[in-house]
Amino acid sequence: MKRILPVVLAVFLLAGCSPLIEQKDTITIWHWMTDRQDAFTRLAQQYEQKTGVKVRFELYAPSDIYSRKIVAAAQARALPDIFGILGEKKRLALFVESGFVADLTDEFEKNDALWEKSFFEKALNVNRFEPDNAYKVKPGIYGVPLDVTNIQMLYNEELFVKAGIKEPPETFDQFLENIAVLNRLGIDGFVSGWGENWMIDCFSSIYALNIMGEEKVMATYRGEVSYTDEDWIKVLSLFKTMRDHKALVPGIVTKGNKYAEQDFALGRAAFAFNGSWCVNVYDKMNPALQYKVMLPPRVDPDVPMQIWGGAGSSFVVNQTAGNRQRIIDFLKWLTGKEQQVFLSQETKNLPSNREALSEIPDVLLQFAKAMDITTHPSLWPYNESPLVTEAFCKGIQAIIIGEATPEKVATDVQRLKEREMKRERQ
Amino acid sequence: MRVASVKNPSAVNIKDLFGNYLFILPAVLIFSLFYVYPFFEIFYLSLYEWNGISTTRHFIGLGNFFEIMQDKVWWMSVWHAAYITLIALTFQNALAFALALSCDRDIRMRRFYRFVFYLPPVLSEVVVGLIWRWILSASMQGGEPVGLLNYFLTKAHLYHLMRDWLSDPRTALTSIAIVHSWKGFGWGFIILLAGLQTIDRQLYEAARVDGASSLSILKNITIPMMVPVFIMVMILTILGSMQVFVLVLSMVGQGLVYHTEVPVTRILDSMIGTSRFGYACAQGIVFGGILVVGSFILHKFSKKVRQE
Repeated sequence: MKRILPVVLAVFLLAGCSPLIEQKDTITIWHWMTDRQDAFTRLAQQYEQKTGVKVRFELYAPSDIYSRKIVAAAQARALPDIFGILGEKKRLALFVESGFVADLTDEFEKNDALWEKSFFEKALNVNRFEPDNAYKVKPGIYGVPLDVTNIQMLYNEELFVKAGIKEPPETFDQFLENIAVLNRLGIDGFVSGWGENWMIDCFSSIYALNIMGEEKVMATYRGEVSYTDEDWIKVLSLFKTMRDHKALVPGIVTKGNKYAEQDFALGRAAFAFNGSWCVNVYDKMNPALQYKVMLPPRVDPDVPMQIWGGAGSSFVVNQTAGNRQRIIDFLKWLTGKEQQVFLSQETKNLPSNREALSEIPDVLLQFAKAMDITTHPSLWPYNESPLVTEAFCKGIQAIIIGEATPEKVATDVQRLKEREMKRERQ
Repeated sequence: MRVASVKNPSAVNIKDLFGNYLFILPAVLIFSLFYVYPFFEIFYLSLYEWNGISTTRHFIGLGNFFEIMQDKVWWMSVWHAAYITLIALTFQNALAFALALSCDRDIRMRRFYRFVFYLPPVLSEVVVGLIWRWILSASMQGGEPVGLLNYFLTKAHLYHLMRDWLSDPRTALTSIAIVHSWKGFGWGFIILLAGLQTIDRQLYEAARVDGASSLSILKNITIPMMVPVFIMVMILTILGSMQVFVLVLSMVGQGLVYHTEVPVTRILDSMIGTSRFGYACAQGIVFGGILVVGSFILHKFSKKVRQE
């Protein structure tokens, strides 16, 4: 027995090692995109048949769980070959600076920058660090965009007909007039996932850009303009106006985006503020839903509206992954026209490959038309401190539930901003 | 063995001692690896300003702890957890005890009731949260409330009671606390029922022969005999309720302003939302300290009660 035991143990140990040997030949990808897992799996099968290289897409959802897993894996130095980094650009910069993400600039520039040119520039810029960037990251391209997205407003065509509204509103005042008509018929006006801070941040920042322009917004982030400035009060007052005009569906401040999407898909609200991914979501929730895309109505009619967009999902390559060329070959294949058309048709997301745009569904084309006016915090030279952003969004929630005035929120946020700046200086 | 002890008793003692320690070594190793080491690591990290990703950390000593002392939102979240705990200690445990008393008697379908009362704790917190979110929903469809509670209130013509349960600062936290108690009373029920069944039936019979009323039996026999079980249920309730967060996330997501924040959601927010890993570790240490002190006080209190 004493002689057999070590043999048995050795067999078990070797058997335990065998999956590791198999894993070395496999490209492992971690992602959070529940709606794309089936399409990814089918593409992985196609790629294996074509090249013999096994690709495994591992889904970790929802996105906050995924983010936690990525951070934990980074700390344990156990990141997969390919993964995505969610959140603002500062986060990508942290991963790059810590040596977790490979610089792909050379690959993009090969063959007269053929791969680079195949993408929408704004999508690629999300993963690009320019010389002298605020994050002090070595200039280069560090990620591969998988799709692009933008966030606009949508309106329910059937409810519009019911209320006798012929055209979507172009200005904020027209929007409020439409709301009044809808409310008289017992139809709720506007829904969005304002239980999630980033959705409030997105809505408020596009109006900040419309009201005061990008330079003043950036100056605020740098600490040169106070949040108590009249333009910021104007931004915060928009939410009070919407509340006073009963424009918002009940419970909007605790509504996650999934619930907001459900409300719009089931005709519980005439307007929604949502991203281009909603096409897929609405199609699954209510295929009969008749809706169209519109730009958020302007407050200042003389200033063109900018919307958040450009940044969709991106993949980065693990700096320490072995056989990098094989990983990059797969990413090049995945972002090729044919695969991008497949992904776009299967998942109804805007492709990152510009050549694939000609073969996408009509409603996505409506979103695609606005790609030229998109902006995104990832493209801005400065980002606000997450603590200040959180306080700003919570303040907006407080305004919506009637607990605080725009002036009080502005004062509280400015106080926090000053504290944060003092902490940063230290 | 006996021969050896005669030869050299001290050598045998050392051998025995070594043998004993060898037996507990795996447990000590596991405990050290998964409890002691993480605790010291978390304390170590709490002394740094660190984003959780970068390879460099900035030592700030007790700076994070000083900041926590002034963090109003953090202390508000502790108070919210305490409020949920208070409701659980009273409403949840009173309900659990009342139901345990009912099921301790020879009533029909006793087993069925036990099964039904034990069902909520078995359900996933996320599922419970989502179901109650729908029940308490304030959404409207075609002029009719979507949420079950508001729907029944409409049918009962109690329009003045209808509200946005989870988005109203006056009702949001209480709604969460009640759902938490609804989900948790089954644990208390099972433990209290087990405790009730250990009481010698002869005591009840003797009391009845002496003419004691049901209330008198409850006051003079059942409750005094159940004190150790009550204490255990209370400690479990405090530890479970103070750490509530899955239910909060599934019912109100990132929260209604700061009205539904609890310590664990704040820790998660510091860790992921604002990338302040060191601060999150410090919050974890402070929160752990609060729980240890609370449990210690309750333990001392229970000792005193038992002695009396």
